Amino acid sequence: MSDAELTATAEESELTSLNRQIFERRALKSGLLTTLTWIAAILASVPLFSVIYMLLVQGGARLDLEALTALPPAGFEMGGGFGNAIVGTLVMVGIAAITSVPLGILAAIYLAILDPSSKIASLSRFLAKVLTGMPSILAGVFAYAAVVLLMGTYSAWAGGIALAVLMLPTVVLTAEEALKMVPQRMKDAAFGMGCTRSQVIRKVVLPTGLPGVLTGVMLAVAGAAGESAPLLFTALFSNYYISELAEPTASLSILIYNFSGMPFDNQIELAWAASLVLVLIVLVFNILARLFGQPKV
Amino acid sequence: MNANPEAALGTSAQFSPQGEVVMDCKLDKIFYGDFLAVRSSDVPIEKGKITGFIGPSGCGKSTVLRSLNRMNDLIDIFRFEGKVTYKGQDIYGKKIDPVVVRRYIGMVFQQPNPFSMSIFDNVAFGLRLNRFKGDLEEKVEKALQRAALWNEVKDKLKNSGLSLSGGQQQRLCIARAIATEPDVLLMDEPCSALDPIATRQIEELMLELKERYTVALVTHNMQQAMRVADTTAFFGVDISEGGRTGYLVEMGNTTEVFENPQEELTRQYVAGEFS
Repeated sequence: MSDAELTATAEESELTSLNRQIFERRALKSGLLTTLTWIAAILASVPLFSVIYMLLVQGGARLDLEALTALPPAGFEMGGGFGNAIVGTLVMVGIAAITSVPLGILAAIYLAILDPSSKIASLSRFLAKVLTGMPSILAGVFAYAAVVLLMGTYSAWAGGIALAVLMLPTVVLTAEEALKMVPQRMKDAAFGMGCTRSQVIRKVVLPTGLPGVLTGVMLAVAGAAGESAPLLFTALFSNYYISELAEPTASLSILIYNFSGMPFDNQIELAWAASLVLVLIVLVFNILARLFGQPKV
Repeated sequence: MNANPEAALGTSAQFSPQGEVVMDCKLDKIFYGDFLAVRSSDVPIEKGKITGFIGPSGCGKSTVLRSLNRMNDLIDIFRFEGKVTYKGQDIYGKKIDPVVVRRYIGMVFQQPNPFSMSIFDNVAFGLRLNRFKGDLEEKVEKALQRAALWNEVKDKLKNSGLSLSGGQQQRLCIARAIATEPDVLLMDEPCSALDPIATRQIEELMLELKERYTVALVTHNMQQAMRVADTTAFFGVDISEGGRTGYLVEMGNTTEVFENPQEELTRQYVAGEFS
C-alpha cells in the first residue's frame, strides 16, 4: 500500500466511526449499566406492588358495607367489621391535626420569617429534625406519661396527642420550607405598600405559601393515620363505637395488629380488609396533598 | 477612577430647585453596620417632576432612594444619619411610624413583584389595606388605566398577576402603587428587568404619571435619565478613604448635567468613560 492509500483508509475509517458501534466497549458498558438500572428499578418496586396486590386480593374480598360499619366480632363469631376503628382513627387523627397544625404553622412562621437566625430558632429547627426521625413509640410513651397517667384512663385524647407529637415536626419543617419559598420581593412589595410585619405575614406570606403548607399538613396526617405504636398504650382499643373522647378508643392500625395474630380466619380476613381501608385513607390524603400542592398561576 | 479626589471630597455643587420641594433629603451618613455607604448628600425632590438618580454601580443611588420611604429599615444593620423632610416632618423623627410613611410614599421595585393573587386583588391590595370605603372597582379600573394596562387586562381581572408578561407585571406594580394615590413614587430601576419595548412603555407612563405624582427614579441607563428626568442627581463613589462610599457629586437640570456638567467626574461619567 502506498502512503496515499494509507491516508485514504484512515480518513475513511474516521468517517465511518460516526456510525453507531453496538459492540464497542463504551456502548457495551453503557448498555449494561442501563440494563442494571432497569433491573434495580423493577426490583425496588416489587415489594411495593406485591403489598398492594395482596391488599387488593386478600382485603378486597371482605370489603363490604358490613365490614365498614359493623363492630368487631368476638372469638368464634362470624361476620362483623371495623366501623368503630375507622371512626376512632379519624377522630384521633382529627385531634392530632387540630392541635399540631396551628402550633406547627405558628412555629414555622417564627422559624421562617420572624427570627430565622436566632438561637431559639436554630435550636428548635435542629430538634424538629431530630424528632422527625424519632421512633414513633416514644411519642406514645410521652403521651402515656403526660395524658394517660394524668387522666387515669386510656383515651382518644391521649392517642390524638401522641399522634400530634409525631406530626408536629413534619408540619413545622415543611411549613417553614414553604414559607421560605415566598420570594423576598413579594415581601418587599408588601412592606412598600405600607404593611406592618403581621400584615405582610397574614396577607402575603401565608396565602402565597399556603399550597406548600397544606402539602406538609396532608403528608403529616397521612403518616399519622397509619401509625400503630403511639396508640398501643394511649388509646388502647375498644370494641364499641366511640361515645366520648375520654375513653379507650379503637383504631384501624391496632385492630390490624390484634386481628392479624388471631387464629380465626374471620378476624384475619377483616385485618386484611382493614389494611386496605387504611391504605386507601392514606392514599386519599396523599392525593389531597398533591392537589393542594399545585402552585396556582 | 476618582480622577480628582480633592474636588470629590469637597461639597458638591449646590443645586437650588425652582419649584416646590416635596421631599428634602439632607442625608449626612448612611451606614450598613460599620460600613459607610453614603455620605453628605442633599437631594431635594421637586413636586410634579421626575428626579433621576444616576451613577456607577455601588454609588448608593438605590440606598438613598430606599431611604426616602424607610424601606432600608427592614435591613437590621442599616443606620441613617440626617434628615428627610416630607411635608415639614422629618420621616426619621422619633414619633414617625415607618409603616405610615410608606403609605404616602409608594415604591416600584427593580424586579416586577406582583403578589400571587388576581390582577384585581393586586391593585386593590393597598386600598383594602387602608380600609378604603367606596367604589373599589372604579378605583382599580382608574389605576389600571393610568398605568396603561387596562385594555390588556380588563377581560381577565381574575387571572393571577403572575400570569402576565414582565412588562405587564411591572405596569401592574405601578398600578398597585398608584391606586392609593401616594404623593411620591419611588422607582428603583423599574426597567432593568424589561425588554426595550416594555421599557419604552414604562418610560411613557412615567412622563404621564408626573402630571399627578412626584417621581424619583433610579436608573443605570443614562439615556433613560435623559429621556424622562427633569432633574438629575449624579452620585459617585469615593474610594479615597479605603472604603467605597457613595456621595452626591452634582445635581441639576437634566440637560445641564448631561451637556454642561460642572464636575469633572460627571463629565467623565456622562461621556461614558466609566460606568
